[in-house]
Amino acid sequence: MTATVMSDLRSLLHGLPGVDKVGVEARAAALATRSVKTTAKAQAIDLAIRMVDLTTLEGADTPGKVRALSAKALRPDPADPTCPPVAAICVYPAMVPVAFEVLKGSGVHLASVATAFPSGQAPLDVKLADTRDAVAGGADEIDMVISRGAFLAGDYTKVFDEIVAVKEACGSAHLKVILETGELGTYDNVRRASWLAMLAGADFIKTSTGKVPVAATLPVTLVMLEAVRDFRARAGRQIGVKPAGGIRTTKDAMKYLVLINETVGDDWLSPDWFRFGASSLLNDLLMQRTKLTTGHYAGPDYFTLD
Amino acid sequence: MPKSSAPRLSVRKTFKLYIGGAFPRSESGRTYLVDGDNVALASRKDARDAVVAARKAQPKWAGATAYNRGQVVYRIAEMVESRRAEFKALGTAGDEVNAAVDRLVWYAGWSDKIAQVAGNANPVAGPFFNLSSPEPTGVVGVIAPPTLLGLVSVVAPAVVTGNTVVVVTGGPQVAVTLAEVLATSDVPGGVVNILTGHAAEIAPWLASHDDVNGLDLTGVDDPTLAVELEQAAAGTLKRVRRAGRTDFTNDPGLAPMTAFLETKTVWHPKGF
Repeated sequence: MTATVMSDLRSLLHGLPGVDKVGVEARAAALATRSVKTTAKAQAIDLAIRMVDLTTLEGADTPGKVRALSAKALRPDPADPTCPPVAAICVYPAMVPVAFEVLKGSGVHLASVATAFPSGQAPLDVKLADTRDAVAGGADEIDMVISRGAFLAGDYTKVFDEIVAVKEACGSAHLKVILETGELGTYDNVRRASWLAMLAGADFIKTSTGKVPVAATLPVTLVMLEAVRDFRARAGRQIGVKPAGGIRTTKDAMKYLVLINETVGDDWLSPDWFRFGASSLLNDLLMQRTKLTTGHYAGPDYFTLD
Repeated sequence: MPKSSAPRLSVRKTFKLYIGGAFPRSESGRTYLVDGDNVALASRKDARDAVVAARKAQPKWAGATAYNRGQVVYRIAEMVESRRAEFKALGTAGDEVNAAVDRLVWYAGWSDKIAQVAGNANPVAGPFFNLSSPEPTGVVGVIAPPTLLGLVSVVAPAVVTGNTVVVVTGGPQVAVTLAEVLATSDVPGGVVNILTGHAAEIAPWLASHDDVNGLDLTGVDDPTLAVELEQAAAGTLKRVRRAGRTDFTNDPGLAPMTAFLETKTVWHPKGF
């Protein structure tokens, strides 16, 4: 890319209006007080289940665990056939072929983290090889991490070029770009990183790896939702959003759904445009769902340990 | 503070719930009047929150040594003793406070002895040690009688063996005063949770709750309600204790403790 385009990129990112920190936190907190009950709650729970990227990203992941989790993705509540499947399974590249065996042809997507997840501190060719391996193994969604170090140092070109290269390596697979907002420091940086990722060709922007203490928060997701809204208005392309990490309860998930509805509207209220990166969230959603269908409180003893 | 000639305003107390070691109001915001006192009226969601608190506290409480649990229950007895005047002001007779303190001390002593009585070394036809030992059942819902002695007689046996409890009581002032005792007696938060309100409203939610393992119906006076609760509890195979109206001054025996114990049997090879 030429020097003029790159200086345009810098001036574009720094020309974005600053985020009103107090305002965005107050708005997120205000929207979090909405109460969703009865039939609306039942719909919201099913929608949230359909939006879950059921994730296991541990060093201790075994093929057996990934197979079990994949089976759970297809039928989260074996006792209730009306319970919808989740959106996707999210695993490390080494586990992609295992999950693919279970998921192929089911409609449940298979996401793989790649590009030296979670730190992103590796040479570009290693990141690209990581990505190609995952796609070759059957992943149709790639969750890449940006180089936060380069971003924070102001080297937007490097981050931009990496995303472009990974997008190319993805082929037809969807690309989710993890901003790791907990390491970006300010809401202004979150907004800039969102735009940078979208300009470079991301299909989704994702908050976090779940491997640093500060993961997805409502205000950060609000800033990102505003970014995808403004981006569509300007560039005509719709981008998805995926908060990940720290979303554990149905109540949390409901807050995010309210946030989408009030910020970007119906267009994003679909698993194609919004995902929850989570593992323990699913069991809580299932317990709440069981509470609604049976009329009594559910307990964790009746659901799988993942 | 400067002295004022105006008459001092009285500080009125609201009797609140006891959940997870804290004294919250009811999430429903409701209160009711009992003998002129303002008392929080628990809702099903308070019961839900209390079960979560009890479940969270259970592994650590059950994991404490029996000796330690006994010390904590003894400490409750000490604190009841020192709050004698408060219970008296609520209409609890001195004899009853004595009996409650004695009952707590008695159960405290049982803490590290129940395993010897309820457990066993079983003779088996093979080269094994075969040992049965009592284990706490988990979270127990307790519908408690309204008096201090009644309350102590159902709560102490359940917790001393390592269970955690969610108590529903219609005798709120005494129960909340006992909660204040518990909060200052080294009882970890969440081990005993106290909900003041109507058993008919809250108990069915505890009885049908999938994450409650046992149910004590000693404080249920209405036989129809008791049967309904037993049926609801059967859905999750809860252990149910229905002692009925008893004279709490009598020797309780071991049944209140063993009702919420399960037996774990271990086969251990010998001769190697």
